[in-house]
Amino acid sequence: GCFVFKPSTKKRRLSEKTAHDFRSRSDDSEDTELRFVTCQSLWNQIKSETEQIQEDLNKQLLDNLVSFLNRSHSEFQEKTTEWTCRMKFREIPTAALVLGVNVTDHDLTFRGVADVLQDNITPYIASLEAKDCSGIKNLMQKLMGQLMKCDVDVDTLEDEDYVQVSQNRIRCSMSSLISWYESVTKKTDSETPSKKRNSSSRHWQSPPVVVIFKDMESFTTKVLQDFIVISSQHIHEIPLVLIFGIATSPMIIHRLLPHSVSSLLCIELFQTLSCKEHLSTIIDKLLLTSRFPFKLGEKVLQVLINIFLYHDFSVQNFIKGFQLSIVEHFYSQPLSVLCCQLVDVKKRVNSLSHDQCENIRRLPSFRRYVEKQESGKQIALLTNDTFLKEETEKLLEDLHVYHENYVSILRCLHVFTSSLPKYPLGKQIRELHCACLENRVWETEEYESSLQLARMLNKTDLVTMLQQCVEILMSSSGKEFDKTIEKLKEFLTQFQNLEEASQEQDVSVSSQKELQKKTDLYHLQKTLLELKESRRSKKLTKFEMLRFEVVDYIDSLVRKYLVPADDRTLHEIMYFNSASVLRGHLNAAPRTALHTALNNPHWYLKNQALKCDGGGISNKAPDICIVYKLHLECGRLINLVDWLEAFSTVVTAAEEPNADAASSDQVDDIIHARFIRAVSELELLGFIKPSKQKTDHVARLTWGGC
Amino acid sequence: MSGPEGTRSGRRSLQVKFVPDEEVLKHIADDAGTKVRKDKAQLSVSVKRFVKKLENISDNEAQEILEEKSYVAVLGICAQDSVGNGSNISGGEVYSFQTPKRSSKMAELASELAQTPEQNAVSNSSKCPEKMAKTPQSSKLSMLNCLCFPGFMWAQVVWKCNLFKKKEFVSTTPYRLRKRLAAPDPYLESESEYSASCSEEEEDEEDQKEVSTVLSGEKTLGKTKAASTPTPRNSLAKKNKEEKMGSLVEEYFEAHSSSKVLTSDRTLQKLRKRRLNQQTLQELLKQAPLAYAAEIRDLSQQHESLFSKWMLQLHLGFNIVLYGLGSKRDLLEKFRTSLLQDSVHLVVNGYFPSITVRSILNSITEEVLDHIGTFRSPLDQLEFIIKRFKEDSSLELYVLIHNLDSQMLRGERSQQILAQLSSLPSIYLIASIDHINAPLMWDQAKLSLYNWLWYETTTFSPYVEETSYENSLLVQQSGSLALSSLIHVLHSLTLNARGIFRLLAQHQLEKKDNPSYPGLSFQDFYQQCREAFLVNSDLTLRAQLTEFRDHKLIRTKRGADGVEYLLIPVDDSTLTDFLEKEDEDV
Repeated sequence: GCFVFKPSTKKRRLSEKTAHDFRSRSDDSEDTELRFVTCQSLWNQIKSETEQIQEDLNKQLLDNLVSFLNRSHSEFQEKTTEWTCRMKFREIPTAALVLGVNVTDHDLTFRGVADVLQDNITPYIASLEAKDCSGIKNLMQKLMGQLMKCDVDVDTLEDEDYVQVSQNRIRCSMSSLISWYESVTKKTDSETPSKKRNSSSRHWQSPPVVVIFKDMESFTTKVLQDFIVISSQHIHEIPLVLIFGIATSPMIIHRLLPHSVSSLLCIELFQTLSCKEHLSTIIDKLLLTSRFPFKLGEKVLQVLINIFLYHDFSVQNFIKGFQLSIVEHFYSQPLSVLCCQLVDVKKRVNSLSHDQCENIRRLPSFRRYVEKQESGKQIALLTNDTFLKEETEKLLEDLHVYHENYVSILRCLHVFTSSLPKYPLGKQIRELHCACLENRVWETEEYESSLQLARMLNKTDLVTMLQQCVEILMSSSGKEFDKTIEKLKEFLTQFQNLEEASQEQDVSVSSQKELQKKTDLYHLQKTLLELKESRRSKKLTKFEMLRFEVVDYIDSLVRKYLVPADDRTLHEIMYFNSASVLRGHLNAAPRTALHTALNNPHWYLKNQALKCDGGGISNKAPDICIVYKLHLECGRLINLVDWLEAFSTVVTAAEEPNADAASSDQVDDIIHARFIRAVSELELLGFIKPSKQKTDHVARLTWGGC
Repeated sequence: MSGPEGTRSGRRSLQVKFVPDEEVLKHIADDAGTKVRKDKAQLSVSVKRFVKKLENISDNEAQEILEEKSYVAVLGICAQDSVGNGSNISGGEVYSFQTPKRSSKMAELASELAQTPEQNAVSNSSKCPEKMAKTPQSSKLSMLNCLCFPGFMWAQVVWKCNLFKKKEFVSTTPYRLRKRLAAPDPYLESESEYSASCSEEEEDEEDQKEVSTVLSGEKTLGKTKAASTPTPRNSLAKKNKEEKMGSLVEEYFEAHSSSKVLTSDRTLQKLRKRRLNQQTLQELLKQAPLAYAAEIRDLSQQHESLFSKWMLQLHLGFNIVLYGLGSKRDLLEKFRTSLLQDSVHLVVNGYFPSITVRSILNSITEEVLDHIGTFRSPLDQLEFIIKRFKEDSSLELYVLIHNLDSQMLRGERSQQILAQLSSLPSIYLIASIDHINAPLMWDQAKLSLYNWLWYETTTFSPYVEETSYENSLLVQQSGSLALSSLIHVLHSLTLNARGIFRLLAQHQLEKKDNPSYPGLSFQDFYQQCREAFLVNSDLTLRAQLTEFRDHKLIRTKRGADGVEYLLIPVDDSTLTDFLEKEDEDV
């Protein structure tokens, strides 16, 4: 079943090839090279950025882990009383790493852990996965294999085949592991100091052996128990440290291991950042920044976030989706050549060909823009390429400025909305971002209600928010914000003044005091009513006025800067918006496609004969559709004879509508063959299977209308 | 609710505590009275808020449905994309529960389809009442069927009954069914259809369900009217829904627990139809013209335009999986011949019945990497491959797998190995899947290793190669392999041994009409062999039988009474052929 094909010609280089693929479909040949290069460099930037983020986020965790290992290790080194005490109980120091349910991201974390440990603590690291360790023997084999290999790595030396042999031949037991460890540590001791420096500058005299269980939940209980019990017997000879990777909750340790075993572990818990926070950081750093010219449209972002929230919680997959969007965008949009940093824009715009200019003119957003201009300019835009280029450059610059402002103001708005009760515009900035991209946010009901809520904020909150906003705007690169900052600062000073002025406002207090006098019920009621009246009619205090002013000002900022990107001219160049493509590739529904093909072949085969309104199926449909449709009418078992007869009734009627169906009670051979084919196809697709329950019957494997 | 869903769920799950609206209004009014500081705007907000809360409380369930809808809508954004996938179908349609139907239904549908050569005839409005009205009558019909008519006339009879029925339908459709049809909401319609199909048995039960559909109708109507005026009926409707779910579940288990099967007893033998063997089947199919060849060609041309994109994406580290109805073998072949000629590539026919992961790995190590030597386990082999590919960055390999979901490859371990293989940056995997449950093979870990990009490639072309290995029920097993091996083994035995085997074969053929034939008992066999002067003691016979057994020529099993029975595990026709051949030889 396997065939290997080898070409005789020489192979080309990979990168050339990729570029070639990129080129081959696109009709306009000139810019593709540049587009591909832009795409690649952008992706590489983003990739390194995400790796950086990941590293930063894990830093805390890794530091803790390293210090934990140092501690457990130093005790072994110094043979302190605590250590001996622990030795008495034969406890193995263990780190339990709670990593969260996004299993797919764990690999990256573990790689980081292993790297850091390698650099700082010990060269002896073995990471085990459940699938390799079906028994204690396999586990030991794997463990020793990895440890011996890293031994080779450290010494970078001599007889590889010696290790190779020993690996296969060695008796995998704890005692051999110990003897290996002793020999290794002794070797480093006996080596010349100069040579020793390079390793022991980082590593201690007798570094611990770290064993990582990547997916602790999937290990068989027995293997784990045995390993722990055995190694606890030898803990005084070999400084073993275990690291458990846990996807669910720390409780699982006690569920998997009985008390007698778990008491042999000295567990310390480490918690990684939740994947949700990780995603927020990624979105914050990748999307809400003007560093990258490429942007995700609202729907695309929504699809990616939904896949994350509803399907896998995997940040890796989110980034994969992001990568796919970049590739798709640069591949399908010829104008994406302009999707670059602002400094390059001028050059690239100037080198645009006539076809590309036509492409620009065809953009819907550009057409809208043209319609708004006066007629003279319209003609120039549509006929004069150089004028168009100038205009395009200007528009692109506008777009860049818009981005910068957008992000800053979005953050300011988020400062306000994220502290409102019930979060009408969402708690996370990504929700706010989606809302703003989707349509004019100030027209939505949620925005309305959040403004009203903002009008009821107390002073201290308001002041801190304003300060935050000022900070955000100060740090932003947008140039237009000087005035805004000034204005906000003015608000702040006004609030300050208000405080000083408030001492004078003791008038209302006096009325409160009146109430404390002794009165009868009637009078109390009357004064209360009066008080209420006076309050209602009373004009707003200074603070309230100021608060209104602040909120109105924020509102005006929002209206000015948070215009949805779809309204901007030339947004197609920067924004990737075909969410359906993305969803089709990442979150496909194979069964739905089958369902459609079987029930409604006209969807795919554009033939008039197949056209049926109302979900029915014509008798001219492909054989498999008819057979499928017939089998839907059956229960658990299907009689093949009945099925065949029904099929032949349909097919003969379709082929010769005029012939009398009753005359042919013997089934035609060809129809029989077609039936056989269709039935075996259904079997291949998994709708039926042969059944022994009754002769000439098949069993249905689906239940209900599918 | 899990944490990461965060604010979304947090926002929705306000307090789910029932508060009558009078009280709420009073509360608001009171609030407004005492909290003098709040201005008017605030008031309106709070009112809105409370109304919102009320909605949440009373209309929880409707909300649920709406949420679901919006979720589907969000995921199905822009589904209307030329020939995209059929993702405009909601999951409910694909995975819906329906009651199992009676056996006569198939014939009915067949005649119905046959009756409507003009495509427009099967329109929604005409079809619905048929479906509704069929149910009460079907039991009657099948009874009639059993009583009066022998099997061979059956289809025609049903067909005629159906005609007769069709004329009557409109008038016999009960009043309430018609009323139900008048309901506007498609959602409601589908629901009522369910309950209509539920109402198979007794009248009173049907009546009960009637109530439920009416109520559910009200529920959906209420939902559209926006729940500003919460009605107490909602809870009732909810209960109803639960009941309906319960009855559906019960029906499922009822249908699957009862051992009696409601199908007719006809068999293919009675059809006076010879079983086709693989070869004649192929020939016959060649005669049959391929339907819609032009359209199918259009489809595949559409897919072929994606080839260069696939190449690009493969090179960028993605792997590609193709799904959709129809054989994707030709498509992949075309991809291979047009783009992969200049590179090392491996084609794996997953549908091949004896394919294993081992053979895939072997062909990589032996032919691609030119490694001579064996490995202890596939995992070792995999490690070796990974190491080699990591060391030598100029190595690259394209792997095409037809039917990644085939019987032999769908196991957990094989998928794990393939996934790890595909995660190598210089191995480019492009595979096809067909089984409806194929995606269940992969958990999150494997999916991330595979790093799939899904492409829908519905081709509608017949699965010629893929099904040629499938041991279909209707295809006669040629048994040529078994026959030749029988002859081969027997020739190497002594004359006596051949005689013994012959005796057993003849006996088995004599009893071939007895389906419960357990085999020949050892004692009887010994007796017969003695009579034919083939053996002289039961020890020699036993020695002989051991030899047969070692060559898998016979099978022994112990009956209930402890007697040993002997059986040749070959089908009758092969045995007949064998005896004929033997006769020729002698």
